[in-house]
Amino acid sequence: MIAGKTNTLTKLIVVALGMFGFGFALVPFYYKICEVTGINSGDEQSLVKNTQVDTSRWVTIEFDANTNEGLPWQFRTTQHSIKVHPGQLVQVEYEAANNSDHAIVGQAVPSYGPARAGAFFKKIECFCFTPQKLAAGERRQMPVLFVLDPSMDKDLHTVTLSYTFFNTNPKAQTATLPEKVPHG
Amino acid sequence: MSDAAHAHDDHGHHAHPTGIMRWLTTTNHKDIGSLYLWFSLIMLFTAGSMALLIRSELFEPGMQLMHPDFFNQLTTMHGLIMIFGVIMPAFTGFANWQVPLMIGAPDMAFPRMNNWSFWLLPVAGIMLLGSFWLPGGAVAGGWTMYPPLFIQGGVSYDLTILAVHIMGLSSIMGSINIITTILNMRAPGLTLMKMPMFVWTWLITAYLLIATMPVLAGAVTMLLTDRNFGTHFFNAAGGGDPVMFQHIFWFFGHPEVYILILPAFGIVSQIIPTFSRKPLFGYASMVYATASIAILSFTVWAHHMFAVGMPVAAQLFFMFSTMLIAVPTGVKVFNWVATMWKGSLTFETPMLFAIAFVCLFTIGGFSGLVLAMAPVDIQLQDTYYVVAHFHYVLVSGALFSIFAGIYYWLPKWTGHMYNETLGKTHFWLSVIGMNIVFFPMHFLGLAGMPRRIPDYALQFTEFNQIATVGAFIFGFSQLIFLVLVLKTIKGGAKASDQVWEGAQGLEWTVPSPAPYHTFETAPVVK
Repeated sequence: MIAGKTNTLTKLIVVALGMFGFGFALVPFYYKICEVTGINSGDEQSLVKNTQVDTSRWVTIEFDANTNEGLPWQFRTTQHSIKVHPGQLVQVEYEAANNSDHAIVGQAVPSYGPARAGAFFKKIECFCFTPQKLAAGERRQMPVLFVLDPSMDKDLHTVTLSYTFFNTNPKAQTATLPEKVPHG
Repeated sequence: MSDAAHAHDDHGHHAHPTGIMRWLTTTNHKDIGSLYLWFSLIMLFTAGSMALLIRSELFEPGMQLMHPDFFNQLTTMHGLIMIFGVIMPAFTGFANWQVPLMIGAPDMAFPRMNNWSFWLLPVAGIMLLGSFWLPGGAVAGGWTMYPPLFIQGGVSYDLTILAVHIMGLSSIMGSINIITTILNMRAPGLTLMKMPMFVWTWLITAYLLIATMPVLAGAVTMLLTDRNFGTHFFNAAGGGDPVMFQHIFWFFGHPEVYILILPAFGIVSQIIPTFSRKPLFGYASMVYATASIAILSFTVWAHHMFAVGMPVAAQLFFMFSTMLIAVPTGVKVFNWVATMWKGSLTFETPMLFAIAFVCLFTIGGFSGLVLAMAPVDIQLQDTYYVVAHFHYVLVSGALFSIFAGIYYWLPKWTGHMYNETLGKTHFWLSVIGMNIVFFPMHFLGLAGMPRRIPDYALQFTEFNQIATVGAFIFGFSQLIFLVLVLKTIKGGAKASDQVWEGAQGLEWTVPSPAPYHTFETAPVVK
């Protein structure tokens, strides 16, 4: 019986020590699991995975940038067109530069071609949401984050997103706003 | 209990030291069992007083009695002491007293290690409680010891980590002793599948302890080295990950909640057949259910951290595995009810506590199922709903089973019947008080009251006041229990050897009070 007891004791001590080691083994194990499954890599974890992506079709989006005459800014897109799936989260950059010698507040107004595409253009973040103030000589990269609604008409294969920057100071306005103010 | 000891000093083995040395040097399983139980009772009153301070502060919105930081110290220490200082030592006390008596062994397998297991506990207890007087006060980061709070605090955090190490060591040594005793020292003929349920549940609990306590020790060791030796396991500034602590902690923490409840299942499975005068219904299914709960308990830990963020697949896995545990638990509840079905029931105090256990533990189990659902849990995470849930399973579950066990075996230990009127008064005040404290907490949680706050929004006032009144009823009625135990030790009606008419098992074959040495010749079980 004594031998039996010592035997059990030895086994149990080994198990206890083994589990102490296992606690530490969980550290590399944890990082390995995170790496393999990509679950702890900041971005992917914080952005809700969009399950509504319509991968069956591609839509070409063309970007266009204009400034109103009353605004002495240089305004351009960083890319001219991209191909996306409807439902896919897309981020593009626009760039504006104030060439004048004083600070100016501008406001961008979007328009869409064809106009009916505008209803399916879901912007999550856009520099056009708020007036932008650029100091003299300042150059700024500005993001647009959007999703094309997957329910968008199937016959739309190319959509143009066009921004026009206006000077918010009415006195500087040399031309009136476009006759029909686009929504968005 | 001391009666039992003194009456048998003449047993002829060796002269016992007297006074304090008798208790410091004892290797007798009955002495050590009593020490565990007394330690647990003292800690129950200590941590219970903290609970009453917490409830007093929460009687009204606004800050009345204490600084918020002291409030946080109280909630943290209340949790740590109730778990590691009350429930676990009480069950180990029962194991020390009862396992050798129930399997017909003369003592535990390693009596000297048994002595160490116990005497480490007061050391850890002093370290925990003493930290209240250190600069910065006791730990205030929550009993779960999450970083970053736990790697930022003062010296009491180091002391608490060491106390957890010591308590873990004590538990591991105790568990090794219990497993070795059960596996090697059963009376001839007592096969594993003939063992009383209490012995079975403790065997499985002891395995859980050996598998998880070292993991906790590892986790707090990492905290300690992060704090003092420049490692960065959990320190995000150094490339560590605080979320990893939660994974490691709950890998221990979830089996731990079954460590706190499986022996309770065992005690209740002894008591209900006795007072139903029927054998336990579905003995084999009880054994397998206990083992399934223990195995499943390793696969559910992340349900404590749904709100931390994890992939949907992981949430689903942990949600369904958690719900799966309800199946073996349901088997057990069904078996207890089926044992009572058509039995000739009597309602002595142990049976009352056991029946209250079955009813109220089931309520706690159901609120656990509600919390198991990941989408619901994200709403209820860290609200009073969680507080209500775990107090239903720990107070009306674990603690009530401890009371039931004490009433059940106290006549065997002391040789005296306890006062039934006092016992029933204690029971009714406890069961009513307990429900007044914790039932309103469900509503508070559903209404969005966060846990671990010393102040709250006005609309929560009424339910908090009801809970505080209940807490004082519940708390002070435990003094009845203390008086009852002391009175029973001093005297009372002589208990027969069998004590209870329906009692079955080896422990009822020895005289009452149980002699200092029992089963020196192993009994034979047919």
